[in-house]
Order: sequence, then structure tokens, then C-alpha cells
Amino acid sequence: MLLRHTPTEIKERKALTVNPAKTCQPIGAMYASLGIHGCLPHSHGSQGCYAYHRSALTRHFKEPVAAATSAFTEGASVFGGQANLLQSIDNIFTVYNPDVIAVHTTCLSETIGDDIPQIVAKARADGKAPAGKYIIHANTPSYVGSHVTGYSNMVKAMVDYFSTSTGAKTKAVNLIPGFVEPSDMAEIQRIAEVMGVPYIMFPDTSKVLNGPLTGKYKMFPDGGTTIEDLHMTGDSKGTIALGRTCTMAAARALDSKCKVPCEILDLPIGLQGTDEFVDKLRLMAGVNVPDVLNLERGQLVDCISDWHQYLYGKRVGVVGDPDQVLALTRFLVSLDMKPVHIVSGSPAGKKYVKALEEVVADIGEEVNIKVPGDMLLFHQWIKNDPVDLIIGNTYCKYIAKDEDIPFVRHGFPIYDRMGHSYFSTMGYRGAMRLMEQILGVLMDRQDRDATDITMELVM
Amino acid sequence: MSSIPILKSREAQIHTKGEKPFDMTCGKHSVAGSVSQRACVFCGSRVVLYPIADALHLIHGPIGCAAYTWDIRGALSSGPQLHRLSFSTDLRERDVIFGGEKKLEAALDELIDHYKPKAAFVYSTCIVGIIGDDVAAVCRKIEAKKGIPVLPVHSEGFKGTKKDGYKAACDALFKLVGKGSTEGVSPISINILGEFNIGGEAWLIKEYYERMGVQVVSVMTGDGRVDQIGKSHGAALNVVQCSGALTFLAEMMKEEYGTPYIRVSYIGIDDMAKSLYDVAARFPDNPEIMERTRKIVREEVEAILPELNEIRKDLEGKKAAIYVGGAFKAFSLIKALNYLGMKVVLVGSQTGNKEDYKTLQEMCDDGTIILDDANPLELSKYIIEKDADLFIGGVKERPIAFKMGIGFCDHNHERKIPLAGFRGMLAFAREVHTSVTSPVWQFCPARLGNKEK
Repeated sequence: MLLRHTPTEIKERKALTVNPAKTCQPIGAMYASLGIHGCLPHSHGSQGCYAYHRSALTRHFKEPVAAATSAFTEGASVFGGQANLLQSIDNIFTVYNPDVIAVHTTCLSETIGDDIPQIVAKARADGKAPAGKYIIHANTPSYVGSHVTGYSNMVKAMVDYFSTSTGAKTKAVNLIPGFVEPSDMAEIQRIAEVMGVPYIMFPDTSKVLNGPLTGKYKMFPDGGTTIEDLHMTGDSKGTIALGRTCTMAAARALDSKCKVPCEILDLPIGLQGTDEFVDKLRLMAGVNVPDVLNLERGQLVDCISDWHQYLYGKRVGVVGDPDQVLALTRFLVSLDMKPVHIVSGSPAGKKYVKALEEVVADIGEEVNIKVPGDMLLFHQWIKNDPVDLIIGNTYCKYIAKDEDIPFVRHGFPIYDRMGHSYFSTMGYRGAMRLMEQILGVLMDRQDRDATDITMELVM
Repeated sequence: MSSIPILKSREAQIHTKGEKPFDMTCGKHSVAGSVSQRACVFCGSRVVLYPIADALHLIHGPIGCAAYTWDIRGALSSGPQLHRLSFSTDLRERDVIFGGEKKLEAALDELIDHYKPKAAFVYSTCIVGIIGDDVAAVCRKIEAKKGIPVLPVHSEGFKGTKKDGYKAACDALFKLVGKGSTEGVSPISINILGEFNIGGEAWLIKEYYERMGVQVVSVMTGDGRVDQIGKSHGAALNVVQCSGALTFLAEMMKEEYGTPYIRVSYIGIDDMAKSLYDVAARFPDNPEIMERTRKIVREEVEAILPELNEIRKDLEGKKAAIYVGGAFKAFSLIKALNYLGMKVVLVGSQTGNKEDYKTLQEMCDDGTIILDDANPLELSKYIIEKDADLFIGGVKERPIAFKMGIGFCDHNHERKIPLAGFRGMLAFAREVHTSVTSPVWQFCPARLGNKEK
């Protein structure tokens, strides 16, 4: 019982987070930066920050993650990090030669008060940034928001630095994915492709963090949104942003900067979530939904009908990032399941909580919701009121094991299973995969607990 | 991949043995803008103290530092699992403005009441150093109130390198040493220092010493307990593993309590045997200890030798690259790999000192690349150039090796089985063998091309 220390009695904790369901802004910014082609993320802070972010991303994706650091010393934290960043810019372009450096700050450099644009301007004036090379930045103080905020800030920075309007609109639709898997980004693109919609996705970590074995180490893998495409986002006819907490800021910025109208949707997880996405994309691009998508949709509905008796009434605990939690909860409710304990580690605002409450309003049970909450509270709820299924990141495995509850891994981080970066849980097909995972663990449990008499062959 | 630019300021940290006079520049702060594989002061402190399983580990700072270090190291405990939870004051913007002392005090108050730990470590992170919270004062206050040691760890990330973090951890540990009674501590006794019980290694090592008839008073910090550390000053000898992590503590204990120390390594047959013999030699009045030691070594080696010899047949002549945290580990790995018939073509470390590199240079063949604080481009360039078959490193290096189609062995946080000790040597050999001879590499076209050339 690894979590034997978890008390059943729930006390209000003000000063303390135990077993966090979130992490800090910079890693989100780093992940988003990796979705630009030829970009080296740069952490303006101590050496530990970026080492931890790289390790965490590597554990999750099982891929090399390159990033640089300003390597703050005691001197830098007294006199400011300008000298470090100037030297970094010089060294990075000399040695690694990326097309873009995406600088994100840390709690340290934020508190010292380094002014990144001013330092970058000085680097340019000193001739340390070659022509045709870009340096973008996002402020990502670790003590504000969480990793999803950092992602959002860096995606917005892409708009601030790159999006330009030439006055001539293209037929392309901008697709802005939230902090999701490379496989999810690829699936969203596939849907746009089968619908015949020209698109620009940013950021795009597919083929960056799920690349092939080639026999070579590439610091800058093949994938990622190109600079050219990022520039052109300002001419697109519209933007569809998927997952509010991660993408709304960028979509709105693009609207006000380049007059590109936007639709901000939930993540396309499950039937309704995907329907909404496909519908908005259809309307924005002026296309029809092709047979192939109708087929996939029909297959998903068919699967739900085939298996609904195994899903009906099952009680679920969901923990994760706000956008995922909302979309997942909605899908679970549509499957006639009952999400009864819901935690987002990240703060997400009152509107968000209200949306979540509306989704579960009619499930006929009291629902625990805590935003932001942590995994200790989540575990306490489950101890007091057990569930049939847990959905969350790898850290939920402790709870699942101690309480002997079936568990589906979803979200970030997943350190202990393969699949997430290759097989999407978005779109109609992704929904089928998610169902397969959920049904798999539920029915394995039924088989495990069956007696010789009740063991069923056909399910 | 043929040529990559090497920074001028990095040139003195990369050497090819035999090319020019050897003078390694090391121990310096990483160049800003580098993609170094190193970490920070906090990381150093956290890895050293983390395995103390009945202590509370509270990380004072924004959430990240606690989130990234939550149970990522397989430092096993045979009892309490408190160290595997993640506690953070989760500092927010208003705390940064108004200070985090109150929050810290409240958190400690609550945690100590609930979990009843034997001691509490409070880690300072970067931000705490900047906003100037008086962590030591809060710790003193809580210590007086709760009656357990509450120890500040001065591990602000920017205050140096990972090594400085080891030092900060040792400073905190040293405050626990001497707190307990030495009753029941035998004159024939040791402390095992710098063994973190990753994959259960400390248990293996401890068992060897106990079979020799030597009492192990404490292991610092693998499967560590506050009370054991408290009476560790009663031991006759400190046996220190790893380049730097716990040497600071050994020095402090030598000064304060007169406890002598020796440096050992438990990796590979020769070094493992030497670690036992060196300890036995410290108790010359009890010749039976040496006798038992010989017996243990003989038995243990005999038990693993047949399979090792089989493995060696497949590995003979294969080439290995090593990039590890401490250089001391690299010495042992070179010997262990040589024992398996492998040749080391590249060796580097994150924290080696001048002497370490001199030793490395003496151990290696001509043409071996030796580097300090390397980046992935340098590592991949030389590994391809030297046509290595195996890369030994940590979490960030693993996927780099695999991308190049090269076998890998994690000799860091993520080893799952003991690689130390005699049985550990066999496990190491099996792991190396499995990875180097994996059929997957035959599907890696670039690697095949390289071989055919």
C-alpha cells in the first residue's frame, strides 16, 4: 500500500499541495515550442528547470528532447540574466543553428524582472542574431497558472511574433490544438485532410515527438509548423481552437491582430466533441462532410450501441488537465457512465467549473468537483466513495493499485505505457480507441472477479 | 553528422586521448546557451536526501520542483514510503510578493501532525533564495514546537552545480548525525555512504558486509532511516561510494567524530571485491573477517562466472560509450565493460574533477574521446564516429542512443534491477547483452550502412 498514508478524513488545506495534478508553466512552453519546425526551446533560468522538463518530456514520449538554458548563476540572479541570455543567443546560433529560439522565462528570471524583448533587441543590435533567424519569447512564471498556461502563453507568442496579414485571405483554416499528444495533432490534421480543407496547424509536435528510428540523432526533427506557415496564419480565413485553456489566448490574439475570426471549441474527444469540430470546420471551409468521416462516425455509434450495457452506470473518477477533463467528462456522460469525482490540477476559472457542472448536472448523483485540486484529495474522495474506473495520468496507478480499481491512462504525463503518442484519442476513431481501453480494463476486471460459475465466454 | 561546430569555450572540455597533452577543464559552470545534460543544486540535494523514507520532504517553491521529482528515482524502502509522495508549498504569485514563510509554517505544521515523520527536510528552490524567506528561522520554530529535527536544505537551484546540491544535502544530514545514542554499535562497524538503494542495491551490499561479520550502522541514504543516521557517528568506518555526493559528509564526520573513511565502488567484480577486502583490512585484529570475505568473494564470483563467460563471447570486441553523472562510476564501468570484452571509445561525466579525468585518461586506450559536461550533438557525433555498439547513460541519453540504432543501458535513476554487487554485475552483463545483441538493430538501415563501410 504505497499510499497507506492517505487519510480518509478530508481537511481543508490552504498551504499545501500533496501529489500534484499539475506542474509549472515552463514545461508547457517547451512542449509548444517543440511544435515549431527547427526551433530550439530556451529556458531562461537555472540549469535544473530545463533538465527536469527535458527528462519529463523524454519519459513521456521516449524521444530525445533538445532545449537550451541560460544556466543562471548566483551572479545572474543578483545582477539580472541579461548577460546569460546574450551569451546563450550567441552560442545557440553558433553551435546548434536553429531557425528559431523560443525563450520562456522561469520563476527565477521573472522575479528578478528580466525584460526579454529588451535583451533580444540588444542581441540583434550587437549582431548576435543572424538575419533570417527568429527569437520569440513568452513569460511563463512558474507561480502563475500551470503547465497548460505555459503552453497557452507560448502558442500566443507564435501569433504575436509570426502571424502577419497581407490583406489577401487564403482558403486555409488555422487549427490550434491544446496540450495534446502528437498523435492527436496528427488525427486532427487527418480529419481536415479527408474533408479537403487546407489548414495550418500550430503548434504541431507530430513527427517531432513520435518520430521514426532513422539511425541518426536529429536535434531538429522533420515535423513542426514551418515559419512560413506561421507567418501565413494571419491570412487564413478562420481559426478553430481546440481546448479553451490552452488555445483561446492565441486564437483571440490572431483575431485582434490579423482579423482572423475564430471558433473556440472543446477538445474533439468523443462523439459530440468531434461532431462540433467537424461541423465548425465544414462551415468555416465551406465543404461537405465526406463519406469516409460519416462511416467512422457510424462505426463509433455502432460500437457504443454494441457495448452500452457494460458502460451503463459505471462510476468514474477523472483527473487531468482542464481541457481534457471537460471533454472526457462529456464523453463519459454520453456513454451513460457517471463521472463522480473530478479534479483538474490546474486553475481554470469559474466559467470552466460551471461548464463542468452543467455536463454532469443530470447524471443523478452528487458529483465532487475541485479545480484546482490535487491527487491526495482525489484519492480521499475515492476512498470514501469508490468508483469502477479511474482515468488520469500515470500517477493514478498508485491509487488504482491501492484501491484495486481499473485504470485507463490519459493525459500528461504517461511514463509507464506505450501508445499515447502514436494512437490518438481524438476524433471518431480516437473515441473508439478510448472505448476500447475503457472496456478492456472493465471487462478484464469482470473476468478476473468471475467465479468458475459466472465466467462468461461471450461478452 | 561529419562535422559539428564545437564552441571555443568547450574545446578544453573535450579530449581525444593521445592527441595532445591532457589537461581537462572541468568543474566549471555550464556555458549559457548550452544543451548540457546537467541539472541544478536542488536536484543534487533531492537525489541525496530523497531515499530517507521516514522523513518528510517538503519542497518550498512553485509546484514544478516538487512535480518533477515525484517518485522518479527507484530508491527502494523496506518500510515507510513517505519519501515517495510529493509535498509542495505550491507558491503562487501573492506568496512571491508577500513572502512564503507563513505558508511554509502552516504546511509543516499540518504535515508533521498528520504524517508523524522522524524528521523533516525543507528544500529551498530558486525563488525562495530570491524573495528571501528565512527558511532556517521557520524550521527552528517548528522544530521547537514539534520536537523533531526540521532541517533547512539550502538548495536554491542557481547557487552552483549539482555538486553544490550534494554539499547542501550533506550539511543537512550532518545535523542528524550524533543525535542518537551509540548503544549497541559494535566496534566492528561501518556506515555505507553514497548508496541510494536504486533497484535494491543497498540491500545486496549490506548483506555482504553483514556476512563478513561487520555491523552496518546506517546506509546513507538508501532505505535510510533518521534514527540510523542519528547513531552513525558510532561506526568505526565510513565507506563512501560515488564521486562526490557523500564525500562531504564523510569529511565532516572525520573532523567532528574522527571517523575515518575509504572510497569504494560496488560496480564490477574487481571493484566490488576490493570494497569488501578494503573494509576487512580495517579490522586486522579480527582475521576471521578477512577469511569470511575471501569466502564470500569466492562463492559469489563462482556463482556468476559461468554465465558471464557465456555473455562475454557475444560482447567481445564490441564498443561502448559512457556518459554518466559522476566520474567515479565511469572508472568502475570501464573495468566492468573491459571484463566483458568490450572496449570503451568514449567516456564523459557531468561532474568529474581534474583528478577524475586524469584517472580516466590513464584507464583508456589511445583514441578514446573524453569529455566533460557534453551536449547531445557532441555525444551523437562521437558515438557515430567511433561506431559504438552500446551507450551507457541516463534518462535523457536513452532515446538518443536508440535513434542512432545503438544499444543502451541506464546506469542512473531508471535502472530497475541492482547493477551493483556481484549479482548486479551479472544483471548488468545481461542487460548490456540484451540491448547490444537485440534483433531490432538489424532493422536500422543507417546503422547497417555504417557497419558495411
